Amino acid sequence: MSIKIITEKCVGCKLCVKTCPFGAIEVVDKKAVINLDKCTLCGACIESCKFDAIVLTKLSPTDIQFPKKLDEHKDIWVFCEQKKGIVQSVAYELLGRGRELADMLGVDLCGILLGENIKEEAHKVIHRGADKVYAVDSSALRHYQDEPYSKVLIQLIKEFKPEIVLCGATSIGRSLISRVAIGVHAGLTADCTGLDIDKKERLLLQTRPAFGGNIMATIICPNHRPQMSTVRHKVMKEAAEDKHRKGKIIERSYGGDIYSSRTRLLDVVEEIEETVNLTEANVIVSGGRGMQSPENFKLIEDLAKALGGAVGASRAAVDSGWKTYSHQVGQTGKTVCPKIYIACGISGQIQHLVGMQSSEIIVAINKDPHAPIFSVATYGIVGDLFEVVPELTRRFKEVLKR
Amino acid sequence: MNIIVCIKQVPDTTNVRIDPETNTLVRSGVQSIVNPFDMYAIEEAVRLKEKFGGAVTVITMGPPQAEDALREAISLGADEAVLISDRAFAGSDTWATSYTLSRAILKIGKFDVVICGKQAIDGDTAQVGPGIAAFLDIPQITFVKKIEDVKDSSMRAERMTEEGYDIIEAPLPCLITVVKEINEPRLPSLKGKMRAKKIEIKKLEAKDLDADPDLLGLKGSPTKVVKIFTPPPRKGGQILEGEAKDISAKLVELLKGEICL
Repeated sequence: MSIKIITEKCVGCKLCVKTCPFGAIEVVDKKAVINLDKCTLCGACIESCKFDAIVLTKLSPTDIQFPKKLDEHKDIWVFCEQKKGIVQSVAYELLGRGRELADMLGVDLCGILLGENIKEEAHKVIHRGADKVYAVDSSALRHYQDEPYSKVLIQLIKEFKPEIVLCGATSIGRSLISRVAIGVHAGLTADCTGLDIDKKERLLLQTRPAFGGNIMATIICPNHRPQMSTVRHKVMKEAAEDKHRKGKIIERSYGGDIYSSRTRLLDVVEEIEETVNLTEANVIVSGGRGMQSPENFKLIEDLAKALGGAVGASRAAVDSGWKTYSHQVGQTGKTVCPKIYIACGISGQIQHLVGMQSSEIIVAINKDPHAPIFSVATYGIVGDLFEVVPELTRRFKEVLKR
Repeated sequence: MNIIVCIKQVPDTTNVRIDPETNTLVRSGVQSIVNPFDMYAIEEAVRLKEKFGGAVTVITMGPPQAEDALREAISLGADEAVLISDRAFAGSDTWATSYTLSRAILKIGKFDVVICGKQAIDGDTAQVGPGIAAFLDIPQITFVKKIEDVKDSSMRAERMTEEGYDIIEAPLPCLITVVKEINEPRLPSLKGKMRAKKIEIKKLEAKDLDADPDLLGLKGSPTKVVKIFTPPPRKGGQILEGEAKDISAKLVELLKGEICL
């Protein structure tokens, strides 16, 4: 793979210079020059060039040697994350999209379930579209732990050779799958928001945001199997439940030290604060510097409660100590994509926007009409949040009878 | 206690603007910074050193100018710095990056803890930390928000989860990735700045590592980027105006269908 400028075509317009996220392009004597020390071959400049003057020579599918053993791999696997013995909703989202992908390839969709006493949950995974469930039941797998989980998953992959493995991009998923991908020498794409199949090449097309969602990249894994992705929560639609659906449960148990762990899980602490899990919430109400004091967050909490949602905060509010870090939305906090995101007194710095701009509906309440948050808001309210928020709470309570 | 911190130089996206017409990043004037999560990794390493003695070695894989990031880490209290740089590393995905960094760590020598930021803000994968741990075959604690204790060659730490946190004990050597909550990074000291200017940065190239050349760079990367595009811009919003009462009534009307699920 290499990149070059076709100098005859380059007009020195500098569009590529502005686009390059790495500052690797300069215009010298009215021609673009790429600094190969800085260039990462990301290709962002190619799209920006209106004169087709930049060429990135990529591996074409004909250059790619498909080793025979790739054919040994088939089926799509979904790692079904469980907590306290309950399969998490992100797994059902993956089963939804996984079913469609499996049908495109004409292969089975399989759930992978690790835990203790998980038989009943295995049936639920089948009800949500799986043809088979590989279940490994052991008291050592009751709670997630990096080493036993990764060793068991690596063992299953080596034994049953899936062509695709999908997993939620949760804290468990990201810790686990990164280790597994190294162990089985597989390609892994993080935090995907789109999955598709190139039917001709039988390749998984994995689309994910980079640079906080300002650039999207589609990634393939041509020469290694399985093709592995972690997938962002709440982007794909949950599979519908069909209680009559039949499937096969394949139980495996292993000996030796496969369940052993060098780390010890001493305690699992749940912080019961207002509401839950920002990444799970359908509605998030967030407050920023405009809240002025920690006490005023009560207004945010009340509205969140009325809407059955979670409470978020901007970095400014967290750094001021008004809310704990677990509430922070944005670049150095959490990335969320709820159905409705209500930003109160948040100006909308890019660090905040990258954490919430994929929300379906964004409501912004801010007294500064020039606040950047309004550029991404579905509904913008220029006004005093101390008047608007309580009024909203009152009315939503009325309408929703909560 | 010997600590290795892995850092990355990234574009400072906090100064990035989006061009409303082309919907691309406006990059002019954007500088490179140390990945924000890595600042917490550096700080935590320096704190561990201050408490238990030993040395902090900071490493980065990147182009020659990534040296600036290493010098910044030195100004913040790191003792040694190693730049892992070679054209052979270009185009590395997280698999090849984890491999290269793990080979470099083995080259550097004995260590008790490897600390990484939870993820880099340009790629946002969070895969390289666990990847290095897997290659080194050492235990890991990801998303650490607090190191509770280090004693008898083991570490007890709080790992942030969606619902709260887990308390995990790992024997040393181990690798941890850290989140923002773990500390508040200090500013560079004058002495640190002076040291950063003078220090000689060690350099490692592909030939210096005990690495299989087929597993480096683009060649060693299982994943390939086939398409880059800018997402469609968010649709222009609707501004609601008037008295708080009227606006609220209107908004409730607009949203209630979405909420009554």
